[in-house]
Amino acid sequence: MDHAHSSWLQATARQRIAGLLDANSFQEFIGPAARVQSPHLHLFDLPSAFDDGVIVGRGSLDGTPVLLAAQEGQFMGGTFGEVSGAKIVGILRAARDHTDLPRVVLLLLDSGGVRLQEANAGELAVAEVMRAVTEARRAGVAVIALVGGRAGAFGGAGLTAATCSRIVVSEQGRISVSGPEVIETNKGVEEFDSRDKALVWSVSGGKNRRLIGGADAFTADAMDGFRAATKAVLAHVPKFDLATLQAEQARLAERQTRLGGCEDAISMWTILGIDHPEAISAMDNDAFIALANGIKGASHDAR
Amino acid sequence: MTLDEILKSLFPTGHNVTVSQDGLITGTALRKTGGPIAVIGVANGVALGTAGVLPLAEAVLQVVAAGGTTPILVLVDTQGQLMARRDEMLGLNEYLAHLAKCLLLASQEGHRTIGLEYGKAAAGAFLATALATDMLIGLPGATPTVMDLPSVSRVTKLPVKTLEELAKTTSVFAPGLEHMEQMGAVAITWDPAKPLDAQLEEALAAASPKDMRDQLGAERKGRTMAAMVAKRVIAEATGTPA
Repeated sequence: MDHAHSSWLQATARQRIAGLLDANSFQEFIGPAARVQSPHLHLFDLPSAFDDGVIVGRGSLDGTPVLLAAQEGQFMGGTFGEVSGAKIVGILRAARDHTDLPRVVLLLLDSGGVRLQEANAGELAVAEVMRAVTEARRAGVAVIALVGGRAGAFGGAGLTAATCSRIVVSEQGRISVSGPEVIETNKGVEEFDSRDKALVWSVSGGKNRRLIGGADAFTADAMDGFRAATKAVLAHVPKFDLATLQAEQARLAERQTRLGGCEDAISMWTILGIDHPEAISAMDNDAFIALANGIKGASHDAR
Repeated sequence: MTLDEILKSLFPTGHNVTVSQDGLITGTALRKTGGPIAVIGVANGVALGTAGVLPLAEAVLQVVAAGGTTPILVLVDTQGQLMARRDEMLGLNEYLAHLAKCLLLASQEGHRTIGLEYGKAAAGAFLATALATDMLIGLPGATPTVMDLPSVSRVTKLPVKTLEELAKTTSVFAPGLEHMEQMGAVAITWDPAKPLDAQLEEALAAASPKDMRDQLGAERKGRTMAAMVAKRVIAEATGTPA
C-alpha cells in the first residue's frame, strides 16, 4: 500500500499520526500502557479505551518540531470526556508555558462533540481547551486544526476548530455545531433532511467551509495532502490579538450581510462570484483549490 | 429572579442596559464602587445564532479597544445555539467561537469577565458565553445543561429512570446548577436574598484570568481526574516528574 496516498478518512488516529509526522519521530505521552482511562464509562456498562480516544505527544513534521493531539473518531465518536479532554488541555498548556517545547500544536479533530455520558465534564473540557488554545496562541504558539475524519468536527469540536490559528480540511471533513440529525429531530425534516447527503455536504463539508473562509486550506483526502497543507499554513499564522479579532468581526459581519439571506449553498457560491457553482461538488481537488484560492475572503488572517 | 430584578439589585442607582427584541442584552452600568462595567448577554431563553453573536462580540471588542480595565458581565439565559440549516451553512461554529474568543481576549487584556447564569444555558451557546468568562456564577433557579436526560436516554439507550438514579450518585452528566458547581464550572451560587451589587464586587475581586476550573472540580470531587491528567501530560512533555 502507498501509505502517503492512503485515505485520512479511513485511517485510525494512530495511522494518521504515522502518516502525518516524520518517520519514527512520534513520542507519545501517557500512552495506552499507562491505562489512564475514563472513570465514568463503566457506570453505563460501556467499554473504556486505555487512551480514552485521544493520543497526545510530540514529533516532527518535515523537520519542524510539533506537539500533537489526535482524536480517535471510532471510540465514542471521538468525544470530549473528562480524560480525553484533559489530555488536549495538557498539551496546550505545556506549549503555552514552556518555550523550549515545540511552538506548533496540531489538533487532529475527529469528534461529534461532548461525550454525553460525561456531559458536564465534556462541556467543561471543551471550554478549557478553547481557553487554552487562545492562551497558547497569545504565547506565540501556532495551533492548527486538521479536520478530515468520519466524525468531522461537530458541537464543541466545531467551536474548537474555529478557535485555532488555522484550519486544514478535506472535502469529507465536515465542520458544524448541531449535526443534521439533531436539527432534523428538533426542527423537522423540512429544516434539514439528514438523509440528503449532497445537502449535508454542501452545508458543512470541507468545500463549503473553504469557499466561505471557514477553513484556510483544502486538501485531498490523503496523508501527504494533510502533510503538505499543514506545512503550508504554518508559513503564516495570525496572532491572537485585538486586530485579528476586529478583522474577524468585520469578516463575519460581512458574511452575514452578503450570504445571510441564502437558502442553499449554491446561492452562496453564486454570490461569491463562482461561475458554475453546481459544478463544485464534482470538481477535482486541484481545480477546486485553485478556484478557492481566488475567492475574495476565502483566504484571510482574521481568525 | 427576573432579569429586571437582577439588574436592579446589581445596579441600584440605575443602568443603561437594554434587551433587544431578539433577546440580546447590551449596555453599561456603574458598579457599587462607582467604576463602569460593560454588560452583554442573552435573555428570555432565546437561541443564539449567527446574527445574535455579532452585536455581543462587537460590544466586547469595543471594551477592549477602549483600553483600561473595565470589567464585563455576561448575563445568560439561552436555550442553546440556534438550530437551523442556514446558520450552520453560514458557519455558526465560527460565530460562536468568535464570541468566546472576544471574551477570552478581554480577559487576557485585563478586563475581568464574570458570567451570571440566571436561566437556561446549554451546549454551544453555553460555551460561547458563560463558559468563556473568568468566573461563572449561578443564581438559584438556573438550569445549566448539556442535554436533558430524555435526550441523553435516546443517545445512550439507557432508560430515563436509570439515568435519574445515576444522577444521584454522579454529577458528571446530570443537568443542574449544583452538579455544575461540583464539577468546577460554576464557581459559586449567589444568595438572591442579599444585595447582588456587593456579591458582584466580591466576585470581581476574586476573579482571575487563570483557568482554575479543573482544580476546583478536583477539590469538590466532581472531576477527580481532569487536573491530574493535564498536569501529567505537561510533566511528560517537559520531561519532569509529575
